[in-house]
Amino acid sequence: MTKDEIRTAFLEELTQIAPDIIPATVAGDDHLMDDLDLDSMDILNLVTAVHKRLGVSVPEIDYPRLETPDSAVAYLAAKLSG
Amino acid sequence: MAWDTITKSAADKESAALPDTEVARAAFSWDEARQNLSGLRGGGLNIAYEALDRHVLAGSGKRRALRWLGSKGETRDFSYENLLRNASKFANVLTRHGIGQGDRLFSMMGRVPELYFAALGTLRIGAVFTPLFSAFGPKPVRMRMEIGEASALITTASIYRRKIAAWRADIPSLKLVLIVGDDAPEGCIALRQELDAAPDTFDVVQTGAEDMALIHFTSGTTGRPKGVVHVHEAAVAHAATGRYALELKPGTIYWCTADPGWVTGTSYGIISPLLNGATMIVDEAEYDLKRWYRTLEREKVEVWYTAPTAIRMMMRAGRGAASDHDFSHLKFLASVGEPLNPEAVVWGNEVFGRPFHDNWWQSETGGIMIANTAAMDIKPGSMGKPLPGIEADIVTSDGTKMRSCAAGEVGELALRPGWPSMMRAYLHEEARYAKCFRDGWYLSGDLAMRDTDGYFWFVGRADDLIKSSGHLIGPFEVESALIEHGAVAEAAVIGLPDETAGEIVKAYVVLNPGRGASDELERELRGHARKRLGPAVAPREIVFRKSLPKTRSGKIMRRLLKARELGLPEGDISTLETDEK
Repeated sequence: MTKDEIRTAFLEELTQIAPDIIPATVAGDDHLMDDLDLDSMDILNLVTAVHKRLGVSVPEIDYPRLETPDSAVAYLAAKLSG
Repeated sequence: MAWDTITKSAADKESAALPDTEVARAAFSWDEARQNLSGLRGGGLNIAYEALDRHVLAGSGKRRALRWLGSKGETRDFSYENLLRNASKFANVLTRHGIGQGDRLFSMMGRVPELYFAALGTLRIGAVFTPLFSAFGPKPVRMRMEIGEASALITTASIYRRKIAAWRADIPSLKLVLIVGDDAPEGCIALRQELDAAPDTFDVVQTGAEDMALIHFTSGTTGRPKGVVHVHEAAVAHAATGRYALELKPGTIYWCTADPGWVTGTSYGIISPLLNGATMIVDEAEYDLKRWYRTLEREKVEVWYTAPTAIRMMMRAGRGAASDHDFSHLKFLASVGEPLNPEAVVWGNEVFGRPFHDNWWQSETGGIMIANTAAMDIKPGSMGKPLPGIEADIVTSDGTKMRSCAAGEVGELALRPGWPSMMRAYLHEEARYAKCFRDGWYLSGDLAMRDTDGYFWFVGRADDLIKSSGHLIGPFEVESALIEHGAVAEAAVIGLPDETAGEIVKAYVVLNPGRGASDELERELRGHARKRLGPAVAPREIVFRKSLPKTRSGKIMRRLLKARELGLPEGDISTLETDEK
């Protein structure tokens, strides 16, 4: 899976959980909670959705690694290739 | 399964603020509790004066009042003296802009030091502090500012632009908008320069004990949110309950994780710890497992007041995540917001070496009413026993008169009015206020039971209110936001059990003729609701129905939707006129 594909998948799951977000307006360094208004339940749901979609299980300790789309894509790419 | 009682050692009991609850209860009087505060010269009472000046005048000004942990890793410390100077500066800023006694300042912002200056500075000038949760969407904010007749608002530029600017002009009472930081959008005032220029002393305004101090908004089953009014006298209860239920003492390092946008974060995240001379840890960041464990360890937190949702998130991560931390400074753990499940109480004991002490109260009660105190043996899952000064009972109505329930019988949790932090009104809603009282009892709306040992156990809500992540959500507010969407004809909203959040919000909608159900529309409606209400209040799940179950008078039977969803008996459906399809 390329990073672009991971990003697309991540953004699709993100906007499925928070449909108030318009994917085209999301910047790579937007903070999921501070800028995109997700709350902690959203993050839990996002982690579950990402697991289902990409098969990557994200341990609780690593949740901060999903802070922005950029950091999430980097983290997921490393997990997928590792 | 039944859970073993967690017994306390003789040493635990001896070191507790209330070594014997029954003895303390017999000896307690609110008049005596009042003597622990100094009052204003010439009579009167002011929460901010008791929280700051009293300690400074007693020579404790150098003690740390607040350690602020910024989300980027910075730390700022404020002594009692320093916090007093900053609160006084804020008081001067307000008065310079024409805000005075009786005016209402709303706050809507994250946990930054200015929020604490604002709360205490507002109380200092005799104005009313009204915190709002910063993740609310524009709709709940606007409605609360209308009901509360906001005179001033303190917020951030980002929140202002996204959620407030568009309708600000529609709140005629709003005279001043303060923006945290150096720059402010048009029509607003940047706080930084104002604070820098303001004098750092301000004579406290002579407020009376019964003068309005705080308004906390809480949701109703129907109609608009209710503005719960508290007065300066509430400080008597904030001080006493902080000692008895949270073990707060001068110098105690204390971390309340609740946001001041909710009542816990104000009563026990600002007022009670300062009244008791404690040192507050305030973390700007949201829940983050590793950060929380590191904070507990590094800051040597002694008393920790948190919430079931957070505890359950920690439990999800497993014990391993906690194993490389030293929690030996923790002396007392407490939880509030919704009933704490027994597993979580026991988990605390295993991971932190201390059990979580659940307690119970509401916006209306202003302070903790029922608690597991440090000296009490804990029955996991129970909210504990009434604190000294609090008379609680489980009551039910047999037709005309209320009567006490027998042990084990479920009824409504009721309190005998008269404690200092009891609400004094629902703002402009006398009828709804009056409805809370019957036969000399305040009726909480919570169903509970009491066991033969006098422990109280939460059973459920008597109404349709939803408790999600500790927040009380009124279904009506969510339903009316959904109906604002052009595709929606009717909506019903219920809470469904969720192992982490307690409950999550689910909506059933009936579409207008010509609109077809689809996944796209479901997403659109959720997006619409999130934009208006914010993520904490908006439904996480929406389903489509052709019709909703209704009574003859047209009232939607949310109870029935919930029973069906959970596979429970449908109960009395004699009033059902049209059914769900």
